[in-house]
Amino acid sequence: MKQPTSLLWERIAKDDRFHELMDRKRRFVVPSVIFFLVYYFSLPILVGYWPSLMKQPILGPLNLAYLFALSQFVMTWAMAWIYVRAANKFDGVARELLKGDEKQ
Amino acid sequence: MTTSLGIFLAFIVATLAITWWAARKSSGSDGFFAAGRRITAWQNGLAVAGDYMSAASFLGIAGLIAFYGYDGFMYSVGFLVAYLTVLFVVAEPLRNAGKYTMADIVAYRMRPRPVRAMAALSTLSVTTFYMIAQMVGAGALVKLLLQDSGVSYSAAVVGVGILMVVYVVFGGMLATTWVQIVKAVLLMGGSLLLSILVIGHFGFSLSAFFEAVTHVKVQENGADVVKNFLEPGMRYKPPHGPLDLLSLGVALVLGTAGLPHILIRFYTVPDAKTARLSVVWAMGIIGAFYLMTTFFGFGAATIVGKEYILANGGVNMSAPLLAKVLGGEILFAFISAVAFATILAVVAGLTISASTSFAHDFWTNVVHHGVARSPGEEVRVARATAFVVGVVAIIIAILLGPGANVAFLVGLAFAVAASANLPAIVYSLFWKRFNTAGALGSLGVGLVSSIGLILMSPSVQGPSAFFPLDNPGLVSVPLGFLGGWVGTMLSQETTSAEKFEELTVRAHTGLGSEKASTH
Repeated sequence: MKQPTSLLWERIAKDDRFHELMDRKRRFVVPSVIFFLVYYFSLPILVGYWPSLMKQPILGPLNLAYLFALSQFVMTWAMAWIYVRAANKFDGVARELLKGDEKQ
Repeated sequence: MTTSLGIFLAFIVATLAITWWAARKSSGSDGFFAAGRRITAWQNGLAVAGDYMSAASFLGIAGLIAFYGYDGFMYSVGFLVAYLTVLFVVAEPLRNAGKYTMADIVAYRMRPRPVRAMAALSTLSVTTFYMIAQMVGAGALVKLLLQDSGVSYSAAVVGVGILMVVYVVFGGMLATTWVQIVKAVLLMGGSLLLSILVIGHFGFSLSAFFEAVTHVKVQENGADVVKNFLEPGMRYKPPHGPLDLLSLGVALVLGTAGLPHILIRFYTVPDAKTARLSVVWAMGIIGAFYLMTTFFGFGAATIVGKEYILANGGVNMSAPLLAKVLGGEILFAFISAVAFATILAVVAGLTISASTSFAHDFWTNVVHHGVARSPGEEVRVARATAFVVGVVAIIIAILLGPGANVAFLVGLAFAVAASANLPAIVYSLFWKRFNTAGALGSLGVGLVSSIGLILMSPSVQGPSAFFPLDNPGLVSVPLGFLGGWVGTMLSQETTSAEKFEELTVRAHTGLGSEKASTH
């Protein structure tokens, strides 16, 4: 079982559709990761270095610091949803590439 | 007080029944290490949540928010956002190209023996630090919660140790998974109940609740002062507080994706797509839980108060004491039992993670060059390891005693995971040039620098410590990445680059990935 698999990856690695898949993944994953890291780390940075700004009440008793922290939950769930949608499209390409190869 | 003992015993009986069922059902290496890879997405999502939300999350964060308000809530945010790293970077490639452990990915392109040995060392370090923190916590809790029932600290530690070994030795990953699922359901139920009671206390008015949170009466230097608990800065004060907060964030957000006991959970599902969906399930559950820390954390601050908590067991008792004030002895007993269930599920996950790494990485691949000598040997070695891990953890926890400062051990586990494991995983998956020396460099430098900096930090050395931050992540994570880069550049090895394409194809298409068992 090991032998055919090692030949298959060479064929897929040469396939243009695989390189296109990797490019699409990269164009999606890299900016997304940068976005959520920047969004997340702005919270401790703003809270740590601009506390008086973050203590401003915005919504009744709720201040900017707490609302921004809550927005992190929304951001995280939204990013997860976006990821799953994108990944489902990538699945189709991967299935095409494997077609006919996974017979055991 | 005996009510909590009763509820806790009921949980033990239920989990032992699960273990008995799992022992009859699972067979073979895939059965023991990966639950036959037949766990579904929602089941694994709950199990990941149960594996992750430790006593530090439930009792620790509730206490931190009760005492330090907003700054405690920062933990809640970091613990959830961390799962984006797991989802975007690690979970699917790991499931596609690995078999049982994190090292399967890191050693894939490298000379396996040194890399596996180093990865096993790192896994065992993370697991040990985390486990001792949980065991000491469990023992200390028993002392406080069951003080009238005659259960001592040592007896509690021994009990927890025996149970985690029994789950793992007899029931393997399948029993561990279901113990974690039951615990996650109990923890979510308990947290929801507490949250509803808190809101009910304020007449189901969110504005009344937050009004109270922004006007909490506390004693400072003998005088009553009113504090706004939604304002940051009660724990992380200048000069080093802001940096410490940032450093904590680095360790949480990058460390979770390097925690071996979380990573191995993704081998229990049939394929990468299920692994992905299970992360999303976990994120829903974990996020809901950390949102609720707002209610039971700030609830403890407003309804119970710091002085009462300090007088009745200290910071970690905030959530159980809130339950006592709102729901009497029965609720107190229930929440205490939930806290025990929480600890048991986490230590079971840690035990199987340590045993898997020792048996698969060290025994089979380092000692015996990757050739299993007889069928079932890997599982037998793992069972023996679980037993040794249990005995060692019991002895260390008893030697340290209930008063030990263990908070830093959990921080240490996250720091090692973020500084040693994550750089090695990321480089392995995305950097073609990365090689054996690089893998050893990132694992070694990350491990040594995070442990070294914690030993020089205020939580070990006191206020005059050489290294001013409690959390080393801000320094040790870049050092881990640097170690990987320097190691790679110093070595002329080329075989690792040649295998990069093979790993990439496998990691991103699922070619040749481990299949679920058919029975």
